[in-house]
Amino acid sequence: MFNLFLMGCLFFLTLSIMAALYRVIKGPSMPDRVMALDNIGVNLIAGVAILSILLRTHAFLDIILLIGILSFVGTIAFARFIERGVVIERKHIQ
Amino acid sequence: MKPNDVILHSVTKAAVVIILTFSIYLFFGGHHNPGGGFIGGLSTASGLVLLYLAFDIETVRTNIPIDFKKVAGFGVLLAIMTGFGSIFFDVPFLSQTFGHFDLPIFGETELATAVLFDVGVALAVIGTAITIILSISEDG
Repeated sequence: MFNLFLMGCLFFLTLSIMAALYRVIKGPSMPDRVMALDNIGVNLIAGVAILSILLRTHAFLDIILLIGILSFVGTIAFARFIERGVVIERKHIQ
Repeated sequence: MKPNDVILHSVTKAAVVIILTFSIYLFFGGHHNPGGGFIGGLSTASGLVLLYLAFDIETVRTNIPIDFKKVAGFGVLLAIMTGFGSIFFDVPFLSQTFGHFDLPIFGETELATAVLFDVGVALAVIGTAITIILSISEDG
C-alpha cells in the first residue's frame, strides 16, 4: 500500500518534470528556461528522496544535498550570464 | 549604473560555509559511506566557484592567495609519495595499512594511510577544476 503511494508520488513528480521540460523547450524568454531548469532540479531532489524511501536505503541522502548545491550554483551562474553577460567578473565595479 | 548584489553576497557568505562543511563530511565519510576524495574535492571546488561567481576574481585572489596549479601538482605528488612510502616496509607499491589509535578527543579512532592518498586525490581535483574554470573565464 505504502509502496503504491510512493509510486504515485513518483508518477506525479514525473508529470511535473515533463511540464517544466515543456517550459524549457517552449519558453519564450531565457529567464523562463532558467526557472524551469531550477524547478526540474527541485523535482529531482524530491524524486531521489522518494526513491531512497522506496529502496529503504540512506545511501542517496548525500546526493540530495549535492543536487541542491549544484542546482543553486548553476542557477546563479545562468542568472549572472543573463544579467551581466559575463559569468565570472575580473574586477567588481565599485 | 552601479550593480547592487547585496542579497547574492549575503546568501553566498552563509552558503559557502555549509558547502565547504558538507564537502569535508563527504571527504572523511568516504571510507564507510558514499563519498571520498573525488566528490569531496569537487564539492569544495563548487563552493569556491560560488565565491568566484558572487564576488570577482581579484577579491577572491587577494583573500585566498593560493595558486591552484601548485595545489594540483602537490596533490599528485602526495598521492605518489604515499605509494612510494610502502616500498620502505618491503611491501608492494601502493599498499595501504590502517591501525587503531587512542586520540585525546575522539577516543579510539581508526586511522588509515588511504586517507593520505585521498587527500592527494582531493587536492588534485580541486586544483584542476579551479584552474580550468579560471583559465576559461580569463578575458571572457
